[in-house]
Amino acid sequence: MPKTIAEKILSEKSGGEAKKGQIVICNVSWAIAQDGTGPLSIHRLREAGINKVFDPERVIFFIDHAAPSPKKELSNAHQQIRSFARETGAQVSDFNRGVCHQRMVEDFVNPGDLLIGADSHTCTSGALGAFSTGMGSTDVAIGMALGKVWLRVPSTIKIEVSGTFPPGVYAKDLILYIIGQLTADGATYKALEFCGPTISAMSMSDRFTLCNMSVEAGAKTGLIATDEITREYLVKQGRGDRFREIVADPDAEYEQVLSIKANELQPMVAFPHTVDNVRTVTQAAGTKIDQVFIGTCTNGRMQDLQIVAQILEGKQIAQGVRLIVTPASRAIYLEALRGGIIEKLINAGAAVTSPGCGPCVGIHQGVLGDGEACLSTQNRNFLGRMGNPEGFIYLSSPATAAYSALKGEIADPREILTKK
Amino acid sequence: MILEGNAKKFGDNISTDLIAPGRLFHLRNNLPELAKHVLEDAEPNFYEKIQKGDFIVAGRNFGLGSSREHAPAIIKIAGIGAILAQSVARIFFRNAINVGLPVFECDTTQIDAQDHLRVDVLKGTVENLSKGISLPFNPLPKIMVDILNDGGLVAHIQKHGGFKL
Repeated sequence: MPKTIAEKILSEKSGGEAKKGQIVICNVSWAIAQDGTGPLSIHRLREAGINKVFDPERVIFFIDHAAPSPKKELSNAHQQIRSFARETGAQVSDFNRGVCHQRMVEDFVNPGDLLIGADSHTCTSGALGAFSTGMGSTDVAIGMALGKVWLRVPSTIKIEVSGTFPPGVYAKDLILYIIGQLTADGATYKALEFCGPTISAMSMSDRFTLCNMSVEAGAKTGLIATDEITREYLVKQGRGDRFREIVADPDAEYEQVLSIKANELQPMVAFPHTVDNVRTVTQAAGTKIDQVFIGTCTNGRMQDLQIVAQILEGKQIAQGVRLIVTPASRAIYLEALRGGIIEKLINAGAAVTSPGCGPCVGIHQGVLGDGEACLSTQNRNFLGRMGNPEGFIYLSSPATAAYSALKGEIADPREILTKK
Repeated sequence: MILEGNAKKFGDNISTDLIAPGRLFHLRNNLPELAKHVLEDAEPNFYEKIQKGDFIVAGRNFGLGSSREHAPAIIKIAGIGAILAQSVARIFFRNAINVGLPVFECDTTQIDAQDHLRVDVLKGTVENLSKGISLPFNPLPKIMVDILNDGGLVAHIQKHGGFKL
């Protein structure tokens, strides 16, 4: 039977023929949770009298959402995580290390792995040819205890992209466009497989951006076949020996094929309060903004910060705009520091925070005021997301966000990025 | 299993940020307290308006967004008997069943606020007693029915010593 990437990995992990629609029980490679969901996972395990994890090396808790802690209740939640980890030997990626999804791709996930995570953007790791999906605290708690999970094998939507991005257009614009096409529930219960010449030429950083936002179309995961670019990334991260070829069979069955020409795309902006409320930057231009946020598991990587620094270097952001930059991980922060990026950002008027989720989840570090608008490189713009239901969140690429910070309103980065 | 209650109506795309807002992140270890704020950004004072056993009746893509299981957990604690929606986001669906909150996908356009409903879980029907109509729903996969009947995933694992397919 010819298989999609999802069917291949789930066949291997369930030890049988996993065909779309089937319910299978799989061995998990990694079970992870963060500081918002981990304490409930721990509570479920204690409730069930379970005080062991299936493999301490493969169970990881990340303190990234409220890091450093802004409230005593959250400090106490962090204590619970550290103490459970001490008891069971499970790993902790503490408050100074960065967002779970970025850390998973930097240091842990390999092609062919099955990752379950108590965070919806766990799908980010799909860019490494791993089946990675978000679940709740209880599913992940049971995964942590037993090393197993039940899954319905998803059908797959193939997204074939050809052509070259015009100047000022990036992977973020592509995925916003795709979500606009599929809508916020167009891929519910399904996997997305990104392929085609544009994807083959894409950096891992951009591939992570695509897979990260698959869940915003409802998808269970986003997947990309492994290739030389995957191999080079793994070598750079010190895991070159873990490279494997993970590709779909040529005659695998897809539920739907979406073909996109990259050269026809424009910079995109998602309007409040749903991610599929997508328009072109031309339609958005002139919208006043109070805050710009650059960071997150979607767009807080080195490549993103480089683009931002290139746009901001030697300039000042508009008066009345607050620019917050949050590197996705400590490794990225250090690399940006050594490369002089952080200095350029700060000189242009940015406040650079410690690595983590930053203000994306509405806990701290940039909660919106009543009636304020924020242009953000994050993945979600739901009502109340950034800590205030009276706020308005727009989503864009780092380039659009940086250029808009200079202008004080949503602006088209193609005005300055005429050539790459 | 028969469930009976009145409809509380919501629209499309009710996110987990609306159900359990991030600004109340610090209450996640205190679910009864967090439950008092359930859905308040979608409908002010919603918690006070709930009669035990009421159904949340919503449009498309209920529960989209974050994986926070606190969302279905506080809906259940607040006294809601079940969720009926045109469609339900994937993670929320699993989480609801895992915490023992029944959730069904059916044609909710034929239900108005305060309609009196009776759900027959085994027959797979929602009877709208106020309108005298019966609406079928998509049956749950067997593993989900088993988890729901066992009282949630933790109880299911304790009872069977693992997943029972």
